[in-house]
Amino acid sequence: MGRYTARRLMQMIPVVLGATFIVYALVYALPGDPLAGKCGQRPCPDAYIAKYTEQFNLDDPLPVQYVKYLGNLLQGDFGEAVNGEKVLDQIERTYPTTMKLALVAIMFEIIIGIGAGIISGIRRKGIFDSSVLAVTLVLIAVPVFVTGTSLQWFIGVKAGWLPVTATDGTWRQLIMPGFVLAGLSLAYAARITRTSLAEVMRADYIRTAKAKGLPRSRVVGVHALRNSMIPVVTFIGADFGTLLGGAIITEGIFNIDGVGGLIYRSIGLREGATVTGVVTVLILIFLLVNLFVDLLYAVLDPRIRYE
Amino acid sequence: MSDSQAMLGGIGGPEPDPGARPDIPAPPGTEAKARSLGRDAWEDLRKSPVVIVSGVLILILVVMAAFPGLFTGVDPKECLLNRSRQKPSGDAWFGYDLQGCNIYARTIHGARASITVGGLAALIVTVVGVGLGMLAGFYGGGIDTIISRLTDIFFGIPFLLGAIIVLTSFPSGDSRNFWLPVSKVVLALAVLGWTNIARIMRAQVLQVKEADYVHAARALGAPTSRILRVHVLPNAIQPVIVYSTILLGAFIGTEAALSYLGIGLQPPAVSWGIDISAAQEYIRTSPHMLLFPSLFLSVTVLAFIMMGDAVRDALDPKQR
Amino acid sequence: MPNSGSESAPAFDLNVGAGEPLLEVVDLHVEFRTREGIARAVNGVSYSVKPGETLAVLGESGSGKSVTAQAIMGILDTPPGYITKGEVRFCGQDVLTLPEEDRRKLRGASMAMIFQDALSSLNPVFSVGWQIGEMFRVHEGMSRKEAKLKAIELLDRVRIPSAKDRVGDYPHQFSGGMRQRVMIAMAIALNPRLLIADEPTTALDVTVQAQVMDLLAELQRESGMGMILITHDLGVVADVADICAVMYAGRIVEHADVHELYANPAHPYTKALLGSIPRLDLKGQEVAVIKGLPPTLTNLPTGCAFHPRCSYVKDRCRSEEPPLYSVNEHRDSACHYWEEVLDGSPE
Repeated sequence: MGRYTARRLMQMIPVVLGATFIVYALVYALPGDPLAGKCGQRPCPDAYIAKYTEQFNLDDPLPVQYVKYLGNLLQGDFGEAVNGEKVLDQIERTYPTTMKLALVAIMFEIIIGIGAGIISGIRRKGIFDSSVLAVTLVLIAVPVFVTGTSLQWFIGVKAGWLPVTATDGTWRQLIMPGFVLAGLSLAYAARITRTSLAEVMRADYIRTAKAKGLPRSRVVGVHALRNSMIPVVTFIGADFGTLLGGAIITEGIFNIDGVGGLIYRSIGLREGATVTGVVTVLILIFLLVNLFVDLLYAVLDPRIRYE
Repeated sequence: MSDSQAMLGGIGGPEPDPGARPDIPAPPGTEAKARSLGRDAWEDLRKSPVVIVSGVLILILVVMAAFPGLFTGVDPKECLLNRSRQKPSGDAWFGYDLQGCNIYARTIHGARASITVGGLAALIVTVVGVGLGMLAGFYGGGIDTIISRLTDIFFGIPFLLGAIIVLTSFPSGDSRNFWLPVSKVVLALAVLGWTNIARIMRAQVLQVKEADYVHAARALGAPTSRILRVHVLPNAIQPVIVYSTILLGAFIGTEAALSYLGIGLQPPAVSWGIDISAAQEYIRTSPHMLLFPSLFLSVTVLAFIMMGDAVRDALDPKQR
Repeated sequence: MPNSGSESAPAFDLNVGAGEPLLEVVDLHVEFRTREGIARAVNGVSYSVKPGETLAVLGESGSGKSVTAQAIMGILDTPPGYITKGEVRFCGQDVLTLPEEDRRKLRGASMAMIFQDALSSLNPVFSVGWQIGEMFRVHEGMSRKEAKLKAIELLDRVRIPSAKDRVGDYPHQFSGGMRQRVMIAMAIALNPRLLIADEPTTALDVTVQAQVMDLLAELQRESGMGMILITHDLGVVADVADICAVMYAGRIVEHADVHELYANPAHPYTKALLGSIPRLDLKGQEVAVIKGLPPTLTNLPTGCAFHPRCSYVKDRCRSEEPPLYSVNEHRDSACHYWEEVLDGSPE
């Protein structure tokens, strides 16, 4: 397992380099003046342009710029935004909130998604199962900005049960945004659980478990569940990485100062350093989480051995 | 076949798995006709209410996108401020929006942008993904390594963020033209959207190329291009088609999200995402502005996803 | 020796008088309600097993032999499977009328079952020791540690080498024969009175088959349990079984002492089955094959279900379903013309 992990980490290097290079190239090299609008209505003073050009090595060809950028990155220098704020500070400010938001979303996926999936997997074709199928279809189809806006209005404003916005990023404030963010994945988690459990319930070893005289709760809860959770855990694990970068709209609706919003604003302002830095961290987390999920897979299923 | 089975001679094959349903051959008369899985799937699909409903919906939406005039004679861009945010009425079934435009007309006309973007993006992504996946799976070796790493790289970039970056990096251009902004959005979706299809296709091809009929074709000296076209592609592509259908629905949702964020299609283009974005501030006083475009968007996404789901279920032998 | 663990005290007296049957299946009917229609998988099966006796149930796929076993164990999937008629008397008690909780306590403890494919029948994510130990933990309330010791003991008993080291291994780490031994260890863990072995050797190599059958026979001698051996392997039957029931289309078509049945079958189907085994003494001759296909369970032929494939077929067979005729006091055949079959062959 150790050697496998090492090999996977090695393989991540070109992926990280490639992905960050693409982002870097898109942000810096394509048309549009990064300094446009930076200095109000007037064009920027020459001295400022010179400093900016120097700081981001804009005179060098793109690959050289990128390599220099990487060099700084390796020394922990993420550069700074045009307003002088360090990108690292921006990362430290926004990541914890987005992580919390993603965690809340994952909790919803686990509790509601897996829970509903298990019940409908056991009682297939029943009323509960049909309702789960219908509700998950709606969750998959209705876009997050519609569910977000509507829930905010009905639960936040009209009923007043939960805070309308999550400006401070407290757990309580993040409940509703977390649910909104989870929506789509929750639906998929429920459906994967349902299908997987229903499939496992047809397996030969479930028949053996029944023949052993185990109570039904144990047949389902121990023998079927452990096996059926393998694809679900894979899905939810990988989803954590996706949720971190995919929260732009949710963060916008609930006024959360998170990663998505930061990147979105920075793209609009052509804050190259911020976008590249924050996205690089996102890509790293995403890849590490995927690796972790693969390793977890081996723990859940003893048949899988990584050499 | 184990030795004991070989010895059985006339006494049937091995016992079927006793936990499974007993083998029930087709009713007499059809017995002679061996039903292939594909045929079985088609029979299932034709009878499935899900397929009928989503098929009809998709048909209506496509017609709506091609000929919006069949559904409404009102110009979606004819807006009178004095009827701003009027509620639904006999005149305007869905009411009027902030600018006083007829929401029914706008919703009907909005189908074109969504369907075009979703359809084109899904098509490009499928072609690219299938091509790359087939190359990687069939040739293996260095080509496989390069394509697989490339897939990993593009897979690693968060999808929505990547699309936003691509869109922002392009000049805005003339937004009155229908095709220019549409192709920008299509491109943004396609650049990052092909990775899963390439992976699915590669895995499929790896399986198919070991099949006996491929070995046989090779032994008979068929040229590689023919093997790929006649043997590998048709046998490997089924799951890709299913995934592409679902992806088409997802792309329509993403288009709306990008337009909602103000970087996809821009006014004066008519799009559900734009209208939803404009409506959300008025959810309190004029919920109808949000309701109708959202409803159409959701139903469209739903139709494609349900269709994909149903086809997958019908093709999956484990579900039967 | 009936087990008397506190967790699973049987709901009735498990003692059987001498000569009394341990298990009696009476006129059992099972049907599967499917989209394609009702499949009559078992249509009035009756048989019995005494302690220490082995009953072989023979038949093609879909003849209802496994379904009958699942109905006895109470592990039939409902839906689609339903027992529509009949009794399953275990130690004199009709278990079909027992509440589910009482039946559950019988399962595994008093009647156990082993299956054809041990790889798919063992849970892939738990160690074999855990899976064997689970019997003791659930039925006798043992601790994990005690259960593990018991599991080692059992692995030893089914002759798995270095049981102590292998108790923590997972099913996929064993060979086919060893896995089937693990299955057997699990089944005999609580000294059941009845063991149902559903094609226990079909998935194994020929040499391993013999070892596993020997093991089963030996365990049976030691414990005196009754055994139902479901198989389509006629070779296995001759060696270990006492009585043999041949099933066709959900019915028993012949029921006889194994040696009598082999020497002189009284049903055309049995005769055809025996004719289809390649025999060394007939080397070079063509193996007889039963013509036609097994019947469709949703649409059984009228009269005798075997008549479309029977070489003795007469008009009466097409319209009148044969009852189980008594050939002699311990032998029955469901053929109108059993005497003709017994006497000689028109082939």
